[in-house]
Amino acid sequence: MSSAQFPILLVAVPLLSAFILNIAGWFNKKYCLPIVIVALVGSVYASFGTLFTVLEEGTIRYRLGAWLPPFGIEYVVDHLNGLVLCIVSSVGLITAIYSKRSVEQELPEKVPQFYTLYILLVTGLLGITVTGDAFNLYVLLEIAALTAYALLAVGEDRAVLSSFHYVIMGTIGACFYLLGVGFLYIKTGSLNMIDLHGLLPELFGSNVIVVGFAMIMIGVWVKMAFFPLHGWLPNAYTYAPSATSCLVAPLMTKVSVYVMIRIMFSVFSPEFTFEVLAFRHIIVWLAVAAIIAGSLLALVQTDFKKMLTYVVVAEVGYMAGGVWLANTAAITGAILHILNDALMTLCLFMTAGIIVYKTKGHQFEHLKGLYRTMPFTMTAFTVGVLSMMGVPPTCGFFSKWYLILGAIRAEHWVFMGALLFSSLVNAVLFFRIIEIAFFEPFTDHHAHGHDHQPEPIDEAPLSMVVPLWIVAAALVIVGMYTSGIVTKVIQFAIPEGIV
Amino acid sequence: METITSIKPLLAVLVSLSAVPILVTSNRIPNVREAWTFVAAVVKFLIVVSMLPTVLNGIEIVYTVAEVIPGLAIKFRVDALGMLFALVSSSLWIITSAYSIGYMRGLKEHSQTRYFCYFAVCLSATIGVAFSANLLTLYLFYEILSLATYPLVTHHQDPEARKSGRKYLLYIVGGSIGLALPAMLISYNLAGTLEFAKQGFLPGTASSSLLVVVLIMFIFGFAKAAIMPFHSWLPAAMVAPTPVSALLHAVAVVKVGVFSIVRVLTGVFGTDLLVSFDFGGIIITICCVTILLGSLIALSQDGLKRLLAFSTIAQLSYIVLGIGLLSPKGLTGGMLHIAMHAFGKITLFFCAGAIFVATGKKNISEMIGIGRRMPVTMGAFFIAALSITGVPPCGGFWSKWYLLLGSLEADQMAVVVVLLGSSFLNACYFMPIVYKAFFCKPEDALFENKVQEAPAFCVVPLVITAVISVVFLFFPEPFLKLATMTVSSIMG
Repeated sequence: MSSAQFPILLVAVPLLSAFILNIAGWFNKKYCLPIVIVALVGSVYASFGTLFTVLEEGTIRYRLGAWLPPFGIEYVVDHLNGLVLCIVSSVGLITAIYSKRSVEQELPEKVPQFYTLYILLVTGLLGITVTGDAFNLYVLLEIAALTAYALLAVGEDRAVLSSFHYVIMGTIGACFYLLGVGFLYIKTGSLNMIDLHGLLPELFGSNVIVVGFAMIMIGVWVKMAFFPLHGWLPNAYTYAPSATSCLVAPLMTKVSVYVMIRIMFSVFSPEFTFEVLAFRHIIVWLAVAAIIAGSLLALVQTDFKKMLTYVVVAEVGYMAGGVWLANTAAITGAILHILNDALMTLCLFMTAGIIVYKTKGHQFEHLKGLYRTMPFTMTAFTVGVLSMMGVPPTCGFFSKWYLILGAIRAEHWVFMGALLFSSLVNAVLFFRIIEIAFFEPFTDHHAHGHDHQPEPIDEAPLSMVVPLWIVAAALVIVGMYTSGIVTKVIQFAIPEGIV
Repeated sequence: METITSIKPLLAVLVSLSAVPILVTSNRIPNVREAWTFVAAVVKFLIVVSMLPTVLNGIEIVYTVAEVIPGLAIKFRVDALGMLFALVSSSLWIITSAYSIGYMRGLKEHSQTRYFCYFAVCLSATIGVAFSANLLTLYLFYEILSLATYPLVTHHQDPEARKSGRKYLLYIVGGSIGLALPAMLISYNLAGTLEFAKQGFLPGTASSSLLVVVLIMFIFGFAKAAIMPFHSWLPAAMVAPTPVSALLHAVAVVKVGVFSIVRVLTGVFGTDLLVSFDFGGIIITICCVTILLGSLIALSQDGLKRLLAFSTIAQLSYIVLGIGLLSPKGLTGGMLHIAMHAFGKITLFFCAGAIFVATGKKNISEMIGIGRRMPVTMGAFFIAALSITGVPPCGGFWSKWYLLLGSLEADQMAVVVVLLGSSFLNACYFMPIVYKAFFCKPEDALFENKVQEAPAFCVVPLVITAVISVVFLFFPEPFLKLATMTVSSIMG
């Protein structure tokens, strides 16, 4: 297999496997998961292969069917999306392994359907990341969104309604994006990102272009649940099946953040977004609002999973604020946080999934006594908590380091304050969980009114705990390799012209 | 300054950490588990001691673990000050391990494996702080220590422990994330480095108004130093088993806080900067308030451990005060107090724990006549109390002596008054305990004849630390040597 074909393979392999999987599922649903895993191993291999090629040789431009841009579709991989590709495929793979028991328990009737959608969702996310075409991105955005709606809706009773909420919001967001791209197309006649990047500077004074940019941004912000456009996220993620939450929560918002960065710097330019447009500071303030609102809303929850979803909303504020602070340290922090937050969120949602698997619920009361009954799960959870709080040497500390440094360099003390506030609120949030799990004795909620003894809870199955531990270990390892990641990858992902 | 590269500092940190898996696997056989704790403690102490001659010869030992952020590494540097602190904490870990066995088994405490594991983690972090070469490494181990002590503080897992644990984290983690972390980042942004330097790395980078804010953020941010008003976690943390209070809340944790402040004052700001911007007065004022208030509050306490906690709060500020005096003798006294106070205060906590094991009593008012039943324990208590008060024949005399000389040298007569007044208050709250323990009418004594000394594992350690306190009067080396070396390297 030639490494030159990696950019297409990493999308094509999971896409084609979706068809095979659907057919295989008719015969025996046991075939589904192995196919998913094999396909995603292929994607992970191709993603890392692509990233290393980029590290050695620079940006890859892959022309689909050898059609020349700007007419043909082009896949472009540089340092930024090379990194995101690795995140998406790895999270997809590890969640797939983890999902086995959880899907068997929650969706025993729908295993083939679940995994077909699952792999299509990963395909969509990989496609969004790899494509160098603004319209193609929209198509893939819709593939990812449609599969996500379905995957979220098969959860608990309330999942259908909350997923419908997401359908409406997500569709509005996609429309905004499409309109924006349409505006650009009217003015330039091109949809290819690199081509647009060359054509747009002459038109920066045009109102059409400014409105087009604003529409694209609003569309992307809906998709990434940027406050105050986050309303769809908490319920959708809370009532989804555990495996879906584990895949969607770490990836959807992060990939949308990637799209935002891509549009800001690769389609438009730092000069346009930060100098021609005067609303840079407003966005940072919105990010401050996102962080504070997300943290406070998380604080009032009594549902573990819902609390996590509000933490996700706050974390989106970290990344958006970092990008719009417009200096090297802050953007480094934002990009690093795409990686780190994906891992942290994955770790926490995996824990939530295990708790749901074992206790059949995700309210705070279901957490009682878990340190005694599920020590391995809770240890990995604790590592995730430390990363959320920003305790070194976990990776959460290092992205926060760059973000705060960026805030200091921009002399934006309020953003710095918001980051610190959110870290402290995270400490409160999660130590409340730890208190419940550590101090309060285990009680079984299903035993009421029954004569039989409650079944004692024990440690979760290995197929769930081992992936969780891999993620927890990754939190520390990635943290320790921050220097390498920054100097080899992220440094080159920051566009020129930023101080 | 000559330096050599050696992996020893890293080993010293990792020894106790690597003992954790062994402790977990020997869960079922307590004697084997405790044997491993001893092995780890002794090996750790030996590694630290093996570096002592090199450091005494004026050579620093350096080891870079990994560059985690471009230009910023997790790096160790063993200098005289770090060695002083590492010697104190690693030697006392051995003694505390013995005491823990007596205490935990004497009271049949639950979850002893967890207890010994987190103790080991704490010691790793403590040595890590002692040997840090830059602020990032120091912060890393500081945070690990904050969190590793939480399960120890809340060991009893009852509502009171939960409440205290909450308070503990609020102050310690709130301080470090809310104040120390931004202060560190502001310093990094100003200087572009976090490496401790002989005269700090901040001089010449910013105006005095910004630096004074950073200074105050550091002093209060390292809330483990329990400087008022960030002190109230310490009395709350007394809910922990007594060996935890003894080693962590009289030695390791609180001294890590003080040590961090000392490092920041000397290695980040530098004494020249503190002198030129006249920051000494701010530090002295903050410390004097804490010393006086801490001692006064201690007077009114009935719970013996709470009294000791407030006494610790006051004594910790002596150390920072010594640095704030910005005179050679003052600095020496402050650094020496890290060691002298450690041995005295740990003895007092050991005594409090021994009394609890033997009688179940926690309050001073219930301890009348206890000296007759537990003469060894209360004898040691008396010696240690003298050491804390700062009177011969105990080592505590040296640090107070140097602090007094330092304040005279700095021409701070108010500080002299505060120091003498505080010693007087120390005597006021310690001596009545000892007096009532021994000198009471037989009919007033609250203890029957069958009450006797706590198990040997409890009593022997406290005798050892008390004896060492006395020995320090005659042989204050190597601590005095290390302190004077640090001072001469800073002040020339």
